[in-house]
Amino acid sequence: MATDNHRMPRQDKILPYASPVRKNPLLSLRPEGLYCEAGDFYIDPWRPVNRAVITHAHADHARAGHQLYLAETSCGHFLRGRLGAGIHLLPLHYGEKLRHRGVTLSLHPAGHIPGSAQVRVEYRGEIWVAGGDYKVGADPLAAAFEPVRCHTFITECTFGLPIYRWPDPGTVAQQISGWWQECQQNGQKAILFAYSLGKAQRLLALLPKNAGPIYAHPATARMNAIARRSGYPLPTTDPWPTEARKAPAEGLYLVPPAIEDSQWLRQCGSHSKAMASGWMTVRGNRRRRALDRGFVISDHADWSGLIEAIAATGAENVLATHGQTHALVRWLREKGYRADNLQTPFGEEDEG
Amino acid sequence: MRQFAALVLNLDQTTSLNRKIDLLARFFAEAPPGDRVWTIALFTGRRPRRQINARLFREVVLAETGIPEWLFGECYAQVGDLAETAALLLPPSSQTSDDTLTRWIERIQNSGKASEEEKQNFLRQSWAQLDRDQRFVFNKLITGGFRLGISQKIILRALAQTLEQPAEQLAHRLMGDWNPQEFRWDDLVRPKAADQDSRPYPFCLAYPLEKDPRSCPPGDLHEWTCEWKWDGIRAQLIQRSQQTYLWSRGEELVTPQFPELLPPASHLPDGTVLDGEILPWQGKATNPLTFQDLQKRLNRKKPGAATVRSTPVIFMAYDLLEHNGQDVRGKPFCERRRILETLFAKNLPESPLRLSPLVHQKSWSRLAQERSRSRTIGAEGFMLKKNDSPYSVGRKKGLWWKWKVDPLTADAVLVYAQRGHGRRSGQFTDYTFAVWDGDQLVPFAKAYSGLTNKEIQEADRWIKKHTKEKFGPVRTVEPKLVFEIGFEGIYPSKRHKSGLAVRFPRILRWRQDKLPGDADSLETLRTLLAQASPK
Repeated sequence: MATDNHRMPRQDKILPYASPVRKNPLLSLRPEGLYCEAGDFYIDPWRPVNRAVITHAHADHARAGHQLYLAETSCGHFLRGRLGAGIHLLPLHYGEKLRHRGVTLSLHPAGHIPGSAQVRVEYRGEIWVAGGDYKVGADPLAAAFEPVRCHTFITECTFGLPIYRWPDPGTVAQQISGWWQECQQNGQKAILFAYSLGKAQRLLALLPKNAGPIYAHPATARMNAIARRSGYPLPTTDPWPTEARKAPAEGLYLVPPAIEDSQWLRQCGSHSKAMASGWMTVRGNRRRRALDRGFVISDHADWSGLIEAIAATGAENVLATHGQTHALVRWLREKGYRADNLQTPFGEEDEG
Repeated sequence: MRQFAALVLNLDQTTSLNRKIDLLARFFAEAPPGDRVWTIALFTGRRPRRQINARLFREVVLAETGIPEWLFGECYAQVGDLAETAALLLPPSSQTSDDTLTRWIERIQNSGKASEEEKQNFLRQSWAQLDRDQRFVFNKLITGGFRLGISQKIILRALAQTLEQPAEQLAHRLMGDWNPQEFRWDDLVRPKAADQDSRPYPFCLAYPLEKDPRSCPPGDLHEWTCEWKWDGIRAQLIQRSQQTYLWSRGEELVTPQFPELLPPASHLPDGTVLDGEILPWQGKATNPLTFQDLQKRLNRKKPGAATVRSTPVIFMAYDLLEHNGQDVRGKPFCERRRILETLFAKNLPESPLRLSPLVHQKSWSRLAQERSRSRTIGAEGFMLKKNDSPYSVGRKKGLWWKWKVDPLTADAVLVYAQRGHGRRSGQFTDYTFAVWDGDQLVPFAKAYSGLTNKEIQEADRWIKKHTKEKFGPVRTVEPKLVFEIGFEGIYPSKRHKSGLAVRFPRILRWRQDKLPGDADSLETLRTLLAQASPK
């Protein structure tokens, strides 16, 4: 995997608190999404465009209707699974460079989910990196986050407050198996809410093998199948019992949070509900959803992860998007960065 | 602390009522007796006196975490609980403490006399000895307010399970303002006769009537007694051993707050306990004053003579719980009422001690007609009590019903939103609503409840997308959403910009069918004010 270790050209000094959004920024917001004028392409656009560079296959980043999709190879498999095999896809390996209208574009591991990428854009010596969603912690499947030197870094900010500090994922996996065992002893189904792409596969890889049957919801199973085809080693899961009343009494049920309030769940009999998400850090989030357990494991960077990742890019300009941006922006400004918000409709505090 | 912190964590990790009761029952059987008493005290709202104020607590957290104050504020707004925010922010620890809960509470109590610096050191040293879950509990003990979704009812059921005694008896022993430092576990198991004097009975509560009795009567009218439902402070008046005690429903001893009730109460026979309502009422007036007037008398240790003169109170007796020292709660209501009437036979009509008048009508529909008069005489509607009903503990369905008049309503526009606390922390659930005054929107009510969880989620998302400005925790939003607001009363107010105040406002419906322009005007509210005021 190629890393960019070349020396950074120095930029003209701008007043420390001035907004980094200059007259002709390399990437800027348009109604369709984040746009690169020099290269005439968009990154994760939310309206149909001609050329879309996709950071990862989560629904709020990878939308239908674009003429051309440019994505990391395994991300491309998930895109085809989600948006249809007919999409016009240009797959790119991590580190592979693409030149277009004088712009050099490359994708670099973001550590968020399998196939997730940061987008590096270089034009006339100026380098911007759109981090997409990322995490710096370990993941058994997703390639580890790679710090990419740049002048301007666009950072996500889903968990942009210091109350978010992820515990060791191994410890969390033990907590989950403890709860699962407890459920088995009580003859309860262990219903674990986890996003169908990314979180579910990470949990499958982290949980102990042969501890009992694991049933993956069809939406999750579909993602598992694509992940396996893309070469990610995943243990097999049991087929989903479509008829809720006949669902086996014991087992771990891996389901997307969207079915939290579903007929199936109401009819499946005795169960305990838990969610695996960074939002579970705060008691109120768990209690509001009437969950029995909340496991703190996230595919986004926690507060120190954000700070660490930003520092590692060497960027002087930081644009923060989705989440608690104002706190991070203010914090960065106090540390001497030129930082600002970038309003995008990503995340909206749902995903975690 | 290890045992108690584990209890708190485990209670927090289940939504099953039976599991909570089991966890508590096991704790009551296994924990040291002192810790059991403190646990009951904490979960029933008897928290130790606050020794370290929030300012000092925050300062030490800031110093320990090295984060700026504004960032702490952002975190607090997200979490909605000071103790939890601090526990999340403090640097990780690998220590745990084996000292008892009682020992930790003692330490906290002793820190009260210390200097500021000693208090700061105390906090630092304590955190160093505790893990994250224990820190949360410790911080809760420091900052007060131990609300963790455990009701008195759950505690009682757990105790009943451990001690194999009826919950009603235990409830009685746990009423009043006992001090957890002096109260002993044995006092709960085997109560002493002497400390029973001031002790009130648990209040019997009513459910709101679900269906209109005109079309769906709860039974034969002859089986029911009807009286006005007054809007004051529900209270229990106790006359025992020549002493008078007045308890509010919040289990607060409020005797000194209402001195005018003491002389007439002293004429009651010894061993009398009355259930009733404290109402603001001028001697010979036909109607009570408003609840707003009563507020002048609340939360004041002792009222001045002028206040007592301008806003006197009466005790409107509803029921008799103890007669000649005998618990009569098990007798049927009609019999308790008969004895109650003999106690009031000699009372003068302007006495501060009054008997709640009954409402007699021949049919449910006539009763309904009479009920429509409620607002004009300052009542909230009717109370229906089954003649053969005992005085039960808490709410029992089918014996007592409250049949309130429909709330007053207005369509209003959402203008401000704030994040909620506790269970609703992090989401925008506290709303301010406005009505039109010309082309201006004037805020008139704040409401926190009435939406379903789904609607809250939807509103929360909408608010985040349509925020205009942020003032600390408050956001102004685009004036687009219309809600139907219900409220029990409306009064003139000098403190509010709208010139009026409403009682118990809540959201009745989200009017997605209405545009902001369809919302009501201040003029409409003023008309309501004129119509609704007692005459």
